[in-house]
Amino acid sequence: MSVPLIGVIDALRGRGDPTFIAIVRDLRLPRVILGALVGAGLGASGAALQGSLRNPLAEPYLLGVSGGAAVGAVVAYAFGATGEAVVTLAAFAGGISAVFVALAVSRVGGRGARGDMRTLLIAGVIVGAFANAAIMVALARAEPNTLRGALWWMMGSAADATWERVGWLAGSIMLAGGALVYWAREIDVLSLGEDAAASLGVDAERSGRRVFLLAALLAAATVSAAGLIGFIGLVVPHIARRLGLRAHRPLIVAAALVGAILVVGADLAARTVAPPTELPLGAITALLGVPFFLVQLRRTA
Amino acid sequence: MIGIADLVVSYAQARRNAVDGVSFTVPRGQLTALAGPNGSGKSSIVRALLRRADIVRGGVTLDDRDVRTFSYGELAKLVAVVPQREEAAFPTRVHEYVALGRYPHLGLWRAPAEDDARAVDEALGQAGVNDLASRNTDELSGGEWQRVRIARALAQKTPALVLDEPTTFLDVAHEMAIFELLSSLARSGLAVLLVSHQLNLVARFADTIVLLDEGKVASSGSPAEVMKAERLEAIYRWPVVVTRDPAIGAPALVPLRRPRNLLDHSIPTPSTRDKP
Repeated sequence: MSVPLIGVIDALRGRGDPTFIAIVRDLRLPRVILGALVGAGLGASGAALQGSLRNPLAEPYLLGVSGGAAVGAVVAYAFGATGEAVVTLAAFAGGISAVFVALAVSRVGGRGARGDMRTLLIAGVIVGAFANAAIMVALARAEPNTLRGALWWMMGSAADATWERVGWLAGSIMLAGGALVYWAREIDVLSLGEDAAASLGVDAERSGRRVFLLAALLAAATVSAAGLIGFIGLVVPHIARRLGLRAHRPLIVAAALVGAILVVGADLAARTVAPPTELPLGAITALLGVPFFLVQLRRTA
Repeated sequence: MIGIADLVVSYAQARRNAVDGVSFTVPRGQLTALAGPNGSGKSSIVRALLRRADIVRGGVTLDDRDVRTFSYGELAKLVAVVPQREEAAFPTRVHEYVALGRYPHLGLWRAPAEDDARAVDEALGQAGVNDLASRNTDELSGGEWQRVRIARALAQKTPALVLDEPTTFLDVAHEMAIFELLSSLARSGLAVLLVSHQLNLVARFADTIVLLDEGKVASSGSPAEVMKAERLEAIYRWPVVVTRDPAIGAPALVPLRRPRNLLDHSIPTPSTRDKP
């Protein structure tokens, strides 16, 4: 349903048509804010990860977070959970567990107790692949309702935004994002490599793990709130760097802002491009992200 | 002053200790070179100094205090290290890159003050990269990049400086320029420890050479004392001749071609001792 601009402004101030007020205040506004928060979280997470891993292709979903969160959500659906709080929590728990599994795997795979960041990244990919396989198995024998819910969730969407969800996501992002901004200079140093970081007084291992965990926390929170929304965490830090930012404190903040704008824009497109059908938000961001990334690749090649 | 005392470093699953009872000192005002074949333990000593290797016995001291009693931050104010390899994942301006050397003094939040800016400028000047300050790190040649990395270490303003193979991949002129720079830094009062394969250059520039073999000190002393043909042959397992550098008379190493008149089985082969 479309609401005229003046209606939106009135509704935000609590005046005018009660239907408009309900639509704007309880449906559209939380949806926009949720989209912005998801974009901010993924952007900040990606910027911190790319810096600390020294890898321009690193992104939050590579940590196994997305796979783990999807497993959590699918398991919740499979057990007949319908309450959104349950699914959200299950997804969050799944995402965080996957990260801890990845950490454990990297310790086994790495040299002794000193698994480096690269091993960590590979471990994340492996855990993610395993999680995806587990989802396929679970969905193969799922009921249609479970299947639809799980699929919708895996395609990513801000449509189910509620104020409760917005609040919970905002809290997580303030906490983990704020911590990343607090330790941002360590990421500057980490981006020089582990030996160089150590020579500048940063415990590369501990600091790297901290960034990894905080980035994963951000990703898990966004995934549990809106499903899988690809390419934001990968592309947004590159846009922020293109703005000339290098130091990670401004870079992380800028990536959060750019991410917020992109996801809100993509969600607007998802909702309005082919009415009355809503396109999956995750697909829109990927459709926008892939060409951008190819251009980026051409420039750096 | 850096002190290495009876240092033993071991890696899991290695058949021998990477560093096996090594002792030497790196005094201020001198250029001390650490040389030896691949896998002789050079880089492990650097890692032990950075608290990044497991010290089994002995230790590394800075001004007679064990490095393990320092925090990482305290350590970074006393010794700056230019690690062997380093690639900047995201290009940044040289000035900003060198300014990262101030991190040990700034910490997470303190804004750079006047003396931080001065330290960065001085470091750029000492390393001879003033002109590069506004360039991007991915536009530098190999030699320029190495000097910029040294500038970053100098910006730390530490009394000791450690460099791990700073001239790998550099041509003769750039290599010489780096050695001249390190020599002048030592003259200015720094304790400089240089890990290098370039025995001939080391012989011309270093005050002391510590020659490692299989984790042990094979020889240490002035270049003339260390650069003996029999010793180098035994360590590198390759026939060599030691002559004199025609310019300044420093000992110079000339590895020989394989003697063609010998049968294959008697041809010397370099040992294949890889790093753990």
